[in-house]
Amino acid sequence: GPKSVPGKRKMSLKRALVGCKRVIDYAVKVRVAPDGLGVVTQGVKHSMNPFDEIAVEEAIRLKENKKLDEVVVVSCGPKECSETIKTALAMGADRGIHVLVEGPEYEKLQPLAVAKIFAKLATEEDASLVVLGKQAIDDDANQTTQMLAGMLDWPQATFASEVELSADAASMKIVREIDGGLETIKVSVPAVISADLRLNEPRFATLPNIMKAKKKKVDQKSPADLGVDIAPRIEVLEVSDPPVRQAGIIVESVDELVDKLKNEAKVL
Amino acid sequence: MLNTLARRGVGAALGGWRSALTATTAQRSLHLPVTSLTEDELMIKETAAQFATEVIGPRVSEMDRTGVLDQAVIDGLFENGFMGIETAADHGGTAANFMSSCLVIEEVAKIDPAVSAGVDVHNTVVNNTISMFGSEEIQARFLPDLATQHYGSFCLSEAGSGSDAFALKTKAEASADGSSYRITGEKLWISNAEHAGVFLVFANVDFSKGYRGITCFVVPRESPGVEVGKPEDKLGIRCSSTCPVRFTDVEVPAENILGELGQGYKYAIGILNEGRIGIGAQMLGLAQGCFDATMPYLFEREQFGTKIGDFQGMEFQYAEVALEIESARLLVYNAARMKEAGMPFAMEAAMAKLKASRVAELTASKCIEWLGGPGFIKDYPAEKFFRDSKIGAIYEGTSNIQLATIAKNIKPLYQ
Repeated sequence: GPKSVPGKRKMSLKRALVGCKRVIDYAVKVRVAPDGLGVVTQGVKHSMNPFDEIAVEEAIRLKENKKLDEVVVVSCGPKECSETIKTALAMGADRGIHVLVEGPEYEKLQPLAVAKIFAKLATEEDASLVVLGKQAIDDDANQTTQMLAGMLDWPQATFASEVELSADAASMKIVREIDGGLETIKVSVPAVISADLRLNEPRFATLPNIMKAKKKKVDQKSPADLGVDIAPRIEVLEVSDPPVRQAGIIVESVDELVDKLKNEAKVL
Repeated sequence: MLNTLARRGVGAALGGWRSALTATTAQRSLHLPVTSLTEDELMIKETAAQFATEVIGPRVSEMDRTGVLDQAVIDGLFENGFMGIETAADHGGTAANFMSSCLVIEEVAKIDPAVSAGVDVHNTVVNNTISMFGSEEIQARFLPDLATQHYGSFCLSEAGSGSDAFALKTKAEASADGSSYRITGEKLWISNAEHAGVFLVFANVDFSKGYRGITCFVVPRESPGVEVGKPEDKLGIRCSSTCPVRFTDVEVPAENILGELGQGYKYAIGILNEGRIGIGAQMLGLAQGCFDATMPYLFEREQFGTKIGDFQGMEFQYAEVALEIESARLLVYNAARMKEAGMPFAMEAAMAKLKASRVAELTASKCIEWLGGPGFIKDYPAEKFFRDSKIGAIYEGTSNIQLATIAKNIKPLYQ
């Protein structure tokens, strides 16, 4: 870590774990799989979950501001996750951990299992902070952060739109986006944070950093190595398309609007 | 080389129509398709695509209208490493390969061929001339600035010498002791000149030797006597500055000679060969970008109760264009890989540039027709792509020059 100035204690967190999930790219038109139990993923463009990009960016900024010593990114999934980790390394993360989960096991990997994996890694890696995206854009679960905090018995700060580490690095001030507006809380460290949309704008991976990322260390582990049971607890029964959106109509008057809402849409 | 590609097959993906295919499908064969990309190349391509969409995209119309390259775009290009793609890391570059340059050029051209033109000339012609033919000392002096701060320009053409490049009249007179040269002449059609910090100037030190007197000088913009004229008001690639540059008794130390005295003609030929592949990549990106921007409309627009994209007449038209784009892509990518492999590639480069520029014009022209009325107004991107495409048949070797080059390579095989 950085050299300590005589007479001044170093006030930064040692290590943050940051999750980066590989998901179907947000721009792709998702199609229901023929078996009706999932969506088509073969031959479809994937990229890092956008909220995870924000999480990675925040961790890197903490490091650049000398509030954090090391950013370790974690991805759980098949071998293609190495690309996701590499993107995070190219943004500026220090090293990566790839928890290899493949095939049917991967298809059934759920937030509870992921939370268990992160809990084990947080302890193993002696992390003082875990930063996750608030939810993944494929399952929209918004569960991993909360469950992880429970497992570790750490405070949680979800939907963070602003993060500030105290001068003594013992607590964090977090502004959260909630339905009524914004809520400011103080949490002690270690803590789990989930990143919301307005937390920051992630940087591009510059070309020189993409090349430098090749030299950064990525460890591969299995759930078995971590002693974690990743068996699913939820069974998906059916996946179907949402109903086709009907065209809207233009009404001539408020009376007509009320009439339609009452007698056609039957919502009044 | 094919073995190397196969070894790098893990993590490889394809460019082009099949870009969603990844390693698991590709690595079964030892001989990967020419559209295969390594993990690094794919990451570089995706970063370029993202940058182009988010930073260049919103500014395209305005830059075309005014002919002014937005400072935010310039800053972003340098900050993200797009201006020193192949430059060595200790000179501030990315040290990526030639294919990576082509991919960046292509991705940027999908959004704005004008910005792409500048990136192409800067990387494939200016940077590479210096790194391929310049001494260690010249490289150390000029490459870092070119990678991180300033555009560079390649000054070869003049009013009286375009295709007949070596008929140039710019002269460089040696001082009595040979320690410096005075350059006088006027160059025309110089890309990036408006923002260039450095000019690679081709001048003749001894007209009695004909083209063997042509020498390449590295001339900093601040040198007294360098005068950059007003940018031309062009049909297309309007925000890519194209200016006359006049040199009046510009004093340049002998240390600023790039390579050897009298070898300039060789460097020019050498670099323009690979520059052609870069232009091929630009034109390819133009075609693909225009096509991608137009196709969704075919499935929104309905006439006679049918999406126009479902009429067989339309299907046949866009199938033809897709075929042409794929053909151009294979030529461009293969030429790039041949160059990387150290094989002779002059003919393939000429073919790639010629084909890609034709495909760019065809695609843009067709897209305007498919859009109908909207294709003809500036609110839709097709007309700009059409105007931008025309330069492809002209710069870095006209189409006739490409044909002559191809013939020159084919003929000896049959004589």
